[in-house]
Amino acid sequence: MIAIVNYGMGNLFSIYNALDRVGADPKIIADPKDLAGADGIVVPGVGAFGSCMEQLSRFESVLRKAFDDGVPMFGICIGMQVLFEESEESPEAHGLGWIEGKVVRLPEGVMIPQMGWNSLSIKRPVQMFEGISDGDMFYFVHSYYGLPKDRSVIAATTEHGVEVTAAVVKDNLFATQFHPEKSGAKGLKILENFVRSTRC
Amino acid sequence: MLARRIIPCLDCDLQVPGGRVVKGIEFKQIRYAGIPWELAGKYYEDGADEIVFLDITASHERRETMTSVIKKTSESVFVPLAVGGGIRSVEEAREVFNAGADKITVNTSALKRPELISEIAGKYGNQAVVLAIDAKRRNTPEEGREIVQTPEGPCWFECSFYGGREFTGIDAIAWAKKAVSLGAGEILLTSMDRDGTYDGFDIPLTDAVSKRVRVPVIASGGCASPDHMLEVFQKTDASAALAASIFHFGEYNIADVKRFLKERGVNVRV
Repeated sequence: MIAIVNYGMGNLFSIYNALDRVGADPKIIADPKDLAGADGIVVPGVGAFGSCMEQLSRFESVLRKAFDDGVPMFGICIGMQVLFEESEESPEAHGLGWIEGKVVRLPEGVMIPQMGWNSLSIKRPVQMFEGISDGDMFYFVHSYYGLPKDRSVIAATTEHGVEVTAAVVKDNLFATQFHPEKSGAKGLKILENFVRSTRC
Repeated sequence: MLARRIIPCLDCDLQVPGGRVVKGIEFKQIRYAGIPWELAGKYYEDGADEIVFLDITASHERRETMTSVIKKTSESVFVPLAVGGGIRSVEEAREVFNAGADKITVNTSALKRPELISEIAGKYGNQAVVLAIDAKRRNTPEEGREIVQTPEGPCWFECSFYGGREFTGIDAIAWAKKAVSLGAGEILLTSMDRDGTYDGFDIPLTDAVSKRVRVPVIASGGCASPDHMLEVFQKTDASAALAASIFHFGEYNIADVKRFLKERGVNVRV
């Protein structure tokens, strides 16, 4: 079972349907104790960093345990940003802090939010990128992006005025700033790779 | 760099069970094109970057039909969906978002009550609010209007509402600027002079709006061929080109159009 963490931010249809399409057995989970036993966990996200963390806090300890236990995890968009320690979007809020570094605003002079299809520059040929090539395009909608202290966690970047972190990887954790569930066949391919990683 | 987007638009008549896609000419004559979720699925497979559904009946009582169309579509379409037509409140927007829409488009209701834009943007984010503008050329440049130079001389553009049936006296470009300041994250700009004419996009209009606002502009109205898309991407900063008829009636396939554009140097997703 792939758990989709439902902490009350936005609709989860798209990610549910996309996981269903690639042959997963997705379940939308609203109660932290139902996360136990999940083969993989997806943390979706829309909205602002602060309110996201506020809603997500009741899941924090079970998510941490799953991460430490090696359960494959996938963060999407804000679900990637909350992995960092803090964000310029909500300076008063603390992130999960699993990745050292902070979330910063896209630079002035570019269209904010970045909204649309942009191409990936792959930095690490991780398993999630099987079947994905440098230059393949994915759908982004965001105004902030993560800047990790340790740049070796960056799996891919994209260009929007600056080099923007597009995907990070750390142990059993993978996360994308773009929306694989809205990125056509290539996005589904990444989700399929994730589902496969939960079956090893 | 962000790719230029190709967006098929499905004008939906929801007065029949399951709805149907239709296409008007110059906002009037209607032609039947297919079943909404089936056409959306085909366009997705062909490489559409996004899909727009517009409820042309704009009827509150048909909202359920629209939400079922969106739900059904999002089972097999994995690109962003924008939905519009008759959305008058945050509550009505919520029904559409909850069904699986990523963006909503507003037109008449926002002209009548501009705060609607900030209300929806406040709850769902600017990227979720697309302001649709139906603009009509007025060849009598007046004081205080946003003047646009065209090969036919200077003009301004007037906003229409109620699906092109009534005019507002409101300057389209001034309205676009105001809407962006209220939180609209994108402008769907339809030229009423070109819509359904097959004469190509209104280049001066698209150029003027995309230079004067800082959000993506979707060019719409008049597209009859891949050359028209090439023209609008070469001559303006439009982020996307929207078309209906050329895809609905099998004249062109989205994949072919994108290949055509890419071969000519346009940054598109293929």
